Amino acid sequence: MTELLKVNNLVTQFKTENGIVKAVSDVSYYLDELEIIGLVGESGCGKSVSQLSVMQLINAPGEITGGEVIFEGKDILKYAPHSPQMRAIRGARIAMIFQEPMTSLNPVLTIGQQLTEMLVLHLKMNAEAARKRAIELLGMVGIPAAEGRIDDYPHNFSGGMRQRVMIAMGLSCNPRILIADEPTTALDVTTQAQLLELMRDMVKHFRASLIIVTHNLGVVARYAKRIYIMYAGRIVESGTTKDIFSKPRHPYTIGLLKCIPRLDEEEGRKLVPIEGLPPNLINMPPTCAFLPRCSWKIDKCYKEPWPDITPVNDNHYIRCFVDTSDVNNEPKKQ
Amino acid sequence: MNQKNNNVILEVNDLKMYFPVMRGLLRRKVADIKAVDGVSFNLKKDETLGLVGESGCGKTTIGRCILGLYRATAGNILFQDKDIAKMPEKKLREMRREIALIFQDPYSSLDPRQNAGNIVGEPLKIHQMVMNRGEYKDRVEQLFRTVGLDPSMIDRFPHEFSGGQRQRIGVARALACNPSLIICDEPISALDVSIQAQIINLLEELQDGARELSYLFIAHDLSVVRHISDRVAVMYLGHIFEICKSRELYDKPLHPYTRALLSAIPIADPFVEETRERIILKGEVPSPLNPPSGCPFHPRCFMAVPECSQSVPTLKEVIPGHEVACIRV
Repeated sequence: MTELLKVNNLVTQFKTENGIVKAVSDVSYYLDELEIIGLVGESGCGKSVSQLSVMQLINAPGEITGGEVIFEGKDILKYAPHSPQMRAIRGARIAMIFQEPMTSLNPVLTIGQQLTEMLVLHLKMNAEAARKRAIELLGMVGIPAAEGRIDDYPHNFSGGMRQRVMIAMGLSCNPRILIADEPTTALDVTTQAQLLELMRDMVKHFRASLIIVTHNLGVVARYAKRIYIMYAGRIVESGTTKDIFSKPRHPYTIGLLKCIPRLDEEEGRKLVPIEGLPPNLINMPPTCAFLPRCSWKIDKCYKEPWPDITPVNDNHYIRCFVDTSDVNNEPKKQ
Repeated sequence: MNQKNNNVILEVNDLKMYFPVMRGLLRRKVADIKAVDGVSFNLKKDETLGLVGESGCGKTTIGRCILGLYRATAGNILFQDKDIAKMPEKKLREMRREIALIFQDPYSSLDPRQNAGNIVGEPLKIHQMVMNRGEYKDRVEQLFRTVGLDPSMIDRFPHEFSGGQRQRIGVARALACNPSLIICDEPISALDVSIQAQIINLLEELQDGARELSYLFIAHDLSVVRHISDRVAVMYLGHIFEICKSRELYDKPLHPYTRALLSAIPIADPFVEETRERIILKGEVPSPLNPPSGCPFHPRCFMAVPECSQSVPTLKEVIPGHEVACIRV
């Protein structure tokens, strides 16, 4: 498979009164054609900011201070955020779906106006063709009687329906990459399942690749082929979904898998919480940010800065000094 | 566990809570929103009953009825053999010493202008649980230690605490009057994944350590509910569809809605996910203002037959301790 997107050593910082917030530090990942990958982490770990950086949607006081984003062979970070080249990519070649379907649609424009805007702008369609295509797209994402609904406003739609509209918008210009940032978090369980299935089918239909940004390990286990785990602005572990769930190597990943309740767990299983709190991203020490919460730490962790991400296996990388594999790490049903 | 009454702390019989919809100049009642429509269950001493369902299914309304915050439209709520639904306001206040509530959002449920000690200690003053300042101080410090907070933080204000610590303050406040029932309304859904387990374990430890403490655990996350509960009740549009032991819920779900709900939740294990049954429901939850006739689930149900739209099914014990409301089961 060919590589579609490659992000190298991305750094995004926010200058605040209290100091510099290193939201994303040294993040590298790649995405192949027709692939679904997952970017997992807790709130504030930089997973959303890293994706907004790819789209160059970072506003002051935020700034992308380093790295490159290679999309179809070109470093798109070289384009200015408002340059015609970047505009031709953003929304058209790389599209994004946001978490809040309630707030990411404009309440004073109809669904049709918002959907045709992109078609006219990016695909240079005339109004009539755009409207026809918009109705077609709404039908594809499962909005019943789309001709009748296209002139409705966002408030006429339920949360799930609004997110369907967002999916239609995201895919309207045949993007190569769809970035879904917590696409179903605000929705009900059965609606979540509907939308995730829809998103997977639609991405397949449009021959696009999908990046799912989420805190839900279940969602990535079900849909993603490869996973990147983020903590405190860095990727701490990456690998195939099966490797990460069956042989997690970074202490944070190991901890995360032990602290979530599972639907199929056996009775009497005790959760093992990760003690402590995620770090403040201002004035972080050079040592590993997970160190204060880590149960595997060794002396070296205190003395040396956070190590680079290194391979432990084919396609399985961690950012850690400790070899956690000599203890039996199989995901036990405790 | 199956003994009658003496073991039961809370018994809810055919509870109905309708909210009137007023329209027009004269504010005439035009309809009812049937938030809870004929719900019966019981809760035993030292037991945790999970109440799951999607938003708007009435799970929070049940919690509020039990606290007497809403006056039930019909039915009764027997707590320690007294009917909360018909209790006068003054009695309700006394009763609230015995039933506490933990809220969902640890950010908005703590008064930002009171320090942590006051927040935790206020119930002690209201219910006159302490005789003097010394006793009050001791009790608050003890509560802080119970929930794993350092008593030196008593003078701090809510904004100085993290989300997990704030929820611990909420738990300490709920424990202040030694309640025998705590209603936990989505207590962890606002917290980060790695912090959620800390609060779940805290709640479990408190129950193990207490002389007598039952939880009504309200949440939408079935994996969490199943983990913490002894029994689980699945709700949909104001009705309970299935009540059973939490183990049976995953192994032997009987109601089609429960089966769909379970299959909608992805399990954090790609090997299990490969072979799991997936039931994707059509459509969305109907409005409780205008619920479908008969079984409220029948328009979305993959097992529905014409009879389903005729009458509302009631809970029947299919297997001992496992009740289901469905004519197809």
